Amino acid sequence: MRHTISLRIGPASFRVGSAWRAPIAQLAELYRGYPEPEDGIADFTVRLEPSRPWRRLVRPSVFITGDHGLADAAPMALRHGLLAAEMGMNLQMALGWRRHLLLHASCVEKDGRALVMTGESGSGKSTLAALLGERGWRFMGDEFTLLDLLTGEAFAFPRLVSLKNAAVGVMEAEVEAARFGPLLLDTAKGDIRHLMPRGEAVARMGEGAVPALLLFPRFGFAADVRDVGPGEVFMRLTQASTNYTALREAGFSTLSRFVADLPAQAIDFANGDEAIALVERLWGELG
Amino acid sequence: MSAVLLVRALRDPASVAGLSGAAWNGLVAAARAERLIGTLAYRLEGIEVPDAVRPILADARLEAEREARQALWEADRARVALAHLDVPVVLLKGTAYVAAGLAAARGRFIGDLDILMPRDALDAVEAALLAAGWEWVKPDPYDDAYYRQWMHELPPLIHRERDRMIDVHHTILPLTARQTPDAGALIADSVELPDGLRVLSPEDRIVHAAAHMLADGDLAGGLRNLWDIHCLLGELPDAAALDRRAALHGLRAHVAQAVRLARHVYGDGAPLPVADRLIVARLLARNEWGQETRKAVRFGFYLRSHWLRMPPAMLMRHLFTKWRRGHRPV
Repeated sequence: MRHTISLRIGPASFRVGSAWRAPIAQLAELYRGYPEPEDGIADFTVRLEPSRPWRRLVRPSVFITGDHGLADAAPMALRHGLLAAEMGMNLQMALGWRRHLLLHASCVEKDGRALVMTGESGSGKSTLAALLGERGWRFMGDEFTLLDLLTGEAFAFPRLVSLKNAAVGVMEAEVEAARFGPLLLDTAKGDIRHLMPRGEAVARMGEGAVPALLLFPRFGFAADVRDVGPGEVFMRLTQASTNYTALREAGFSTLSRFVADLPAQAIDFANGDEAIALVERLWGELG
Repeated sequence: MSAVLLVRALRDPASVAGLSGAAWNGLVAAARAERLIGTLAYRLEGIEVPDAVRPILADARLEAEREARQALWEADRARVALAHLDVPVVLLKGTAYVAAGLAAARGRFIGDLDILMPRDALDAVEAALLAAGWEWVKPDPYDDAYYRQWMHELPPLIHRERDRMIDVHHTILPLTARQTPDAGALIADSVELPDGLRVLSPEDRIVHAAAHMLADGDLAGGLRNLWDIHCLLGELPDAAALDRRAALHGLRAHVAQAVRLARHVYGDGAPLPVADRLIVARLLARNEWGQETRKAVRFGFYLRSHWLRMPPAMLMRHLFTKWRRGHRPV
């Protein structure tokens, strides 16, 4: 591959190769505070290659693949190359990671305890984690929360935060411009802009935290809080995990314990400040 | 050329001592791309490797264990679905190796469930599988008709709940191929396992693996197929019996070639005739990023696979139909 970069993010490491310079240059800029893989050996290879040989130069078209790939994945425009690289890393984790139970959830930490938030794309879990990460919490990740198979501890996977549509403006009002990537217009998920986590999130990315609260946020509704029963939580989380089945008994026991030990609530909110106030209140009530 | 590194590591696990970080990246990427990472992980058990490599290999072993268990379960489900038909069900390839506890199974990637059954039982088999929750994969009427008329198997089926494919074979090469293996003999001499499922005899396993690799395909996945053959040869009770059996199926040349290739690539490295060297070039066409290389050689073998499979006029018609439907080779 012509252009390459290697990165360690939490417990996982990646080697990203690209037929084009731009995506790698953007990764190098936005992941500048991150370490290299141990001994230069990466857990996963990600490749950004032309969908057809001539599509490197003529109407460049990026096909995302690597150690694990999806044959029918749609190629992307080169101007969305940074997003392609991020999706490539996500794909390797989702399909290949076996050392933790993966939950498709965002996560923040305070006093050694973790707040885990899960929900569909658009539920606000990313934005909420990013906001909390700017307001006194440690940002642990907005895509995957990693649960230790023996201790049940939550581990961080603090990637760039992928802000979508209205969330871009919300965070631009909160964070200095130097921590943003380019604005990517008209992607499959609308407009996307990547945000670098704060230095502390990167410096402490090896530190785990004991899960203390699970929230199912929902953006765009009048403020509300509801309890969610363990049966429903369990079912929703099996669907939010990409490797629950692959981990077999270890996955089941890790998830069972997580659900049994953790209070879970669904929260609705109409804006960021309302959400933060709700979260801080529920966190305070934990005792 | 990371495929060379992969072959060297499989042949001589101690050879990984002192590999650089970059070389390890290439080795792992090539092994994953060739679906040999599990096999490599088992071969390197007990060998000193860098700290960062250890969890990668441990994961691959766990994954292989899971696949073996899943494959046996799938075979068991097929056994139950077909039990009332009272016809022999012969497991093929990966699932057979696991079920029979063969060396080739150690760490092996297992995709679909392949079974061999008598041709005159196919209608009943098809009905029984559909009734037990399997569904057609190929919606295209041309593909469906093509399979039924010319192939050595039914169009693939997938189980609607477990999402696993089953290929029901009635012989081991397409009917359009020049060789006509004796399917009756394959089944008659198969070996029964404790649960009633069957596997091919030790000789026929090798004949099938050689036919699959050299008489049928474009050599995609060839390094893994050749590893199977290498392992199967190591457990062969009688080499003369293999030759007699290959002759019976009309596959003597292919089996002899497979034996030469396995020895050269994974064994003592004995020299090869020129035609075989081209195959080795094709097998090793994989770079340190896990990408396919040598496009021209690959394309050549793609054409060859079709040439072997059917007579020229039929081939032209088939390729034209596929091309019109948007299929592009390599």
